[in-house]
Amino acid sequence: MTRGVLRIIFIAPSVILFSIFGLLPMLGAVLLSLTNWNGLNAPKFVGVTNWVTFAHDPQAWHSLVLTLEVMGLTWVIQTPLSVAIGMFLAGRSKYREILSIFYFLPLLFSSVAIAIVWSYILDPNFGLLNELLTKVGLGRLALDWLGSPSVVLWTVVAIVSWQYIPFHSLLYQSGRRQIPNSLYEAAIIDGANELQRFVYITVPQLKYTFITSTTLMLTGSLTFFDLIYILTNGGPDNASNVLAVNMYDTAFSKQQMGYGSVMAVVIALMGIVLSLMLTRFTGFTRMESQQQGVA
Amino acid sequence: MKKLVVSVLSIVWAVLSFYPVLYMLFESLRTQQTYLTGTPWLPPTRIYLGNFSSVLEEGFFRYFLNSIIVAVLTLIILLLCAVLGSYAFVRMKSKGTERVFTLFLSGLAIPVQAAIIPLYAIVEKMGLYNTLWAIILPSAAFALPLSILILVNFVRDIPTELYEAMILEGVGEWGLLLRLTIPLARPAVTAVVIYNFVQVWNNFLFPLVMTESPNLQTLPLALEHFQGQYTMNVPAILASVLLSAVPLIAAYIVARRQLLAGLTAGFSR
Repeated sequence: MTRGVLRIIFIAPSVILFSIFGLLPMLGAVLLSLTNWNGLNAPKFVGVTNWVTFAHDPQAWHSLVLTLEVMGLTWVIQTPLSVAIGMFLAGRSKYREILSIFYFLPLLFSSVAIAIVWSYILDPNFGLLNELLTKVGLGRLALDWLGSPSVVLWTVVAIVSWQYIPFHSLLYQSGRRQIPNSLYEAAIIDGANELQRFVYITVPQLKYTFITSTTLMLTGSLTFFDLIYILTNGGPDNASNVLAVNMYDTAFSKQQMGYGSVMAVVIALMGIVLSLMLTRFTGFTRMESQQQGVA
Repeated sequence: MKKLVVSVLSIVWAVLSFYPVLYMLFESLRTQQTYLTGTPWLPPTRIYLGNFSSVLEEGFFRYFLNSIIVAVLTLIILLLCAVLGSYAFVRMKSKGTERVFTLFLSGLAIPVQAAIIPLYAIVEKMGLYNTLWAIILPSAAFALPLSILILVNFVRDIPTELYEAMILEGVGEWGLLLRLTIPLARPAVTAVVIYNFVQVWNNFLFPLVMTESPNLQTLPLALEHFQGQYTMNVPAILASVLLSAVPLIAAYIVARRQLLAGLTAGFSR
């Protein structure tokens, strides 16, 4: 068997699997967005009708804005906390080691599990949180966490943060541990205090971790489907109807596969733009930061 | 002073992370009656295991088994494709393989949600709708890009001298793959297995869209149905949530370091 044939044999399984179930659906989404397919009849080409509908659909724009809000808020809340926890856990001591066992527990549960548990904790009648708040005299703060349109977005952001901060802390922890100690020792000799060491050594050295974590947070927030679907199904009053939930509802509940595909393509485009920014940034920062370590 | 603040905050965060899990355990050990009347933040005064046994009687094993079947078959297919592919990308480079590799990298950017509608159409056309294959094959496909990236990054670092030594002994490509690459790439393979097991085990969207028969439900989908069905029996629902996480909890107890390393393997430098 020649090398060329063997090469094809080695690569073919991945290419076939990925083409059928990865690339084809991606192209399919674009094509379906130009049809009126309802999931049953043969799809009929309708040009850009669905795209025009999307442009004039206030609900779709609302979903788009909500998605961006969730993206921004989860990033703003998660990043400082993940950095702080990551730095804390990077220090090696028995005490931190033991605490970290508790910190990473949320990683063991699916979004479905997390949504279910929190829906009971936040239940306005029997929920743990409101009973606790009332007990300690903060009854005024006992809100209808999932049932009030003005609160629900914050509730979702808080639960998302609870779920994903452990993961990002883990990234920052390993990032911090990879910074050579010699850099800090040199800085101490130069008389740099703790804050200066953080600003001038830790921050630049964590650039790559920061970009990775940020991109995962941003692209990940496009896909918060399971959690929101189970917690609120987009409600109340569409107040948590992010694009991914709206898309599922449009395509699979309302049977408007064509219009749902428009939303799918919008999600994909946002993901691709964000990821391109990631590879752009990491392409050079990766080398740069490694050189900094050596120099 | 600073030390005190850090200690207090670190304990507050531990409580915040741990308490919802503890709450789940407390409630799952109550009767339905004491769930409504008891103090929710305290452990139950009497431990009641009835919720767990009734969940197990409600066909939980079936769902558990479905999840296992899906996870195992997905991993087998994924590893087969990804290991062979990664070997070729590193050891049998050509213009063509480089292009294919870039194609896989671009796959990293595709969110599953964005492809779910046509994926449903494809699965339907292939006659796979409402079978476990409809979950397994797309899961493996979408796991490929990151898995290949992890493996390629690792296989690339295996020194060429090791290959050359074996080639001098007359070992062919298959031999190199089986006797050199795979044994040396064990840590990367482990990471791929751990990461994707967790992803597939917790996946909700594929089972939701690709199956409809109750006896094909995997755990996340079954949990959602439990919740819809037994709205009032909260302790039983929470018991089923806990049971669904047993494999990961067990892995966390036995091999915490490896589990955590596997989860982040694709993302640390």
